[in-house]
Amino acid sequence: MSDETQESLITDEMRASIGRESEPTTLEVDKTSVRMFARSVGYTDPVYYDEAAAQAAGYRSLPAPPGYLGTPVFNPNRRSARPQGMLEPSRPLKRVLNGGTDVEYLADICAGDILTSVSAVSSIEERKGRLGEMLITTTKTTYTNQDGEVVAIMTGTGIRY
Amino acid sequence: MGASWDDVREGMEIPTLEKNCNTQQLVHWAAGSGDFYQIHYDHNFAEATGLPNIIVHGALKHAFLGQLLHDWVGNEGRIKRVGCSYRGMDFPDEDIHCKGVVTRKYEENGEKLVDLEIWTENPEGTRTSPGSATVQLP
Repeated sequence: MSDETQESLITDEMRASIGRESEPTTLEVDKTSVRMFARSVGYTDPVYYDEAAAQAAGYRSLPAPPGYLGTPVFNPNRRSARPQGMLEPSRPLKRVLNGGTDVEYLADICAGDILTSVSAVSSIEERKGRLGEMLITTTKTTYTNQDGEVVAIMTGTGIRY
Repeated sequence: MGASWDDVREGMEIPTLEKNCNTQQLVHWAAGSGDFYQIHYDHNFAEATGLPNIIVHGALKHAFLGQLLHDWVGNEGRIKRVGCSYRGMDFPDEDIHCKGVVTRKYEENGEKLVDLEIWTENPEGTRTSPGSATVQLP
């Protein structure tokens, strides 16, 4: 039974995690993954499929469509690190929803690029909403390319309830 | 050809992008994006978590809004920022109208910029993914 005197869902461990940077993740952007992403969204612009068309439009190679920030290099022999912001709250919450996505683009991302991302939780809030008890975690991820240039900053909002 | 900054005026609507995804597109998106959460393709799993049906990925709606902007700005313009919140669920085989309105036209650091209010709208007219964006135009 829940009541107003219940302790916070946010543990000390979660509070301490705010601002702590993750280990870097390597992500590849290649022609096949750009085409697959563009096709799954429904793009018809040839710049996402045909390298000659992309270069004629002024890109180095197929550009990454908005929302595509590379594919993490998968290693089956490495246990994936616990995702940022997924520490256990003081009471279990079973369900996860994506609350929102905001991406700032600072330079072109094209096939052939190798990106490195680093994430940090920027805030954790708890709220009572129509889904009941909710935990709202905001995470900021910075993507840097092979030349050391920051190409994108993504702010994601995760909701657990 | 994409939009030209000189032709843009505040308050103008950009061309609507119409989407309607079947479950096959959701599976395609799962592979394209790497998001394999089962609520987006496994009906039994979705129901077991209390959802009425499979739901469209929030990030796919974000990508639809990205396409709305790309189709408008073309390859001579650039998308500087695109963001939205996922406020309402969208379901397979239902229309998703992707829309945008120019809220501000300005120059900054030598760039010709436009801010927009963008959103996805369900068949009832509810804005399920309200957001905003900034684009650079030639």
